[in-house]
Amino acid sequence: MFRAAGILAGFAVFGTLLVAVTWESTAERIAANERAYLLRTLTDVLPEDGYDNPVHEDFITVTDPELLGTDAPVTVYRARERGEPVAVAMTPVAPGGYSGPIKLLVGIRADGTLSGVRVVSHRETPGLGDKIEVERNDWILGFEGRSLGNPPREQWAVRRDDGAFDQFTGATITPRAVVSAVRDALIYFEAHRDELFARRPADGDPPPEAVGIEEDQ
Amino acid sequence: MSQRAREVLRTGLWTNNAGLVQLLGLCPLLAVSTSFVNGLGLGIATTLVLLASNVTVSVIRDFVRPEIRIPVFVLVIASFVTTVELVMNAWFHELFRVLGIFIPLIVTNCAIIGRAEAFASREPPLLAALDGLAMGMGFTAVLVALGAARELIGQGTLFAGAHMMFGEAARALEWQLLDGGFLLALLPPGAFIGLGLMVALKNLVDARLERRRSASALPAAGGQTAGEAA
Repeated sequence: MFRAAGILAGFAVFGTLLVAVTWESTAERIAANERAYLLRTLTDVLPEDGYDNPVHEDFITVTDPELLGTDAPVTVYRARERGEPVAVAMTPVAPGGYSGPIKLLVGIRADGTLSGVRVVSHRETPGLGDKIEVERNDWILGFEGRSLGNPPREQWAVRRDDGAFDQFTGATITPRAVVSAVRDALIYFEAHRDELFARRPADGDPPPEAVGIEEDQ
Repeated sequence: MSQRAREVLRTGLWTNNAGLVQLLGLCPLLAVSTSFVNGLGLGIATTLVLLASNVTVSVIRDFVRPEIRIPVFVLVIASFVTTVELVMNAWFHELFRVLGIFIPLIVTNCAIIGRAEAFASREPPLLAALDGLAMGMGFTAVLVALGAARELIGQGTLFAGAHMMFGEAARALEWQLLDGGFLLALLPPGAFIGLGLMVALKNLVDARLERRRSASALPAAGGQTAGEAA
């Protein structure tokens, strides 16, 4: 019996050792991959070449269940040029998706116009709702340059709701959720602009949830 | 190649195929097979784990007592899965993001512990390695075939996302046949229907082979003609 316990313990040690060695030799690469991925996604939604700070290190977290769609803290990355505010990229959630919340990355210039919107993760129907992904459809690019005054606030909706944004054939709920989440993010930004840029950055790594996996299946 | 080795290869790839005959590992099989590249990625990862765990289990088969073998197998398999997961995250980061939760879930693929228990714990390491390779490749073939079919029918493309595995040069491989497709193929029912059709096709081929064999065997055995036998 002691022999059996010993063998079991031996394998536990062997397994732990194997994982530890692999982790040790891949950790740096994995961290670099994740940083590169985050940076690439951030570059997509921020104005091109308009900033000079390391955006992925200059972030804070804020909480506003009403406008940002989640009880969890939302990460806000700040882009600046020579210390002056240029834009933010934040990660609100569209709670009204067809099959669960849709995580977004929304870039907003300091003047309140959108510099870009991307979907970070979603579970919408393949072939219908997944047209919100930039790889599948240009729809999400239509937000660029929009602001709370363009279109007027009451037209921040899909066409079926007398708004200014297209829906997809066979999928209205998904774009409706995205449009209102982007609008709410703009409203939040308008109300908190100065505070967002002024707050001191948080320490440590961004929460792992900040920019998650591309598609949960 | 010895008779035994050939037998092991044929068992894994065809007669006892993990996906088509044993119907093991259905959860990842059905969930991930939405495209060729996804199928290939998960197939290779599963094959690596199968190979490593089969060899290890075979090497230790003589001194691990029967009453603790299952926990030992679980430890070995879990360690290898975590290793493969870390390596994929480091070197195939984009693919890792797409396959997501299904990489760690390889650990729950019954085909792996099934082979450890049914084959590797009784056979020498070399044969166990061959069995792991054959089983893994059989599983990969099903994943890839189902993935390619669902991708082609469901969204009209083939090899989409190949750059995630083979680098940017492979973008040239990505092939758009139709714009859009028959959505059902990408949804879960499409996975079940597709797998069902593949199992049926395999049975059909087996039945035909069997008929041909008995037809050609009989006259050699003497007496009756093939026509009478049929």
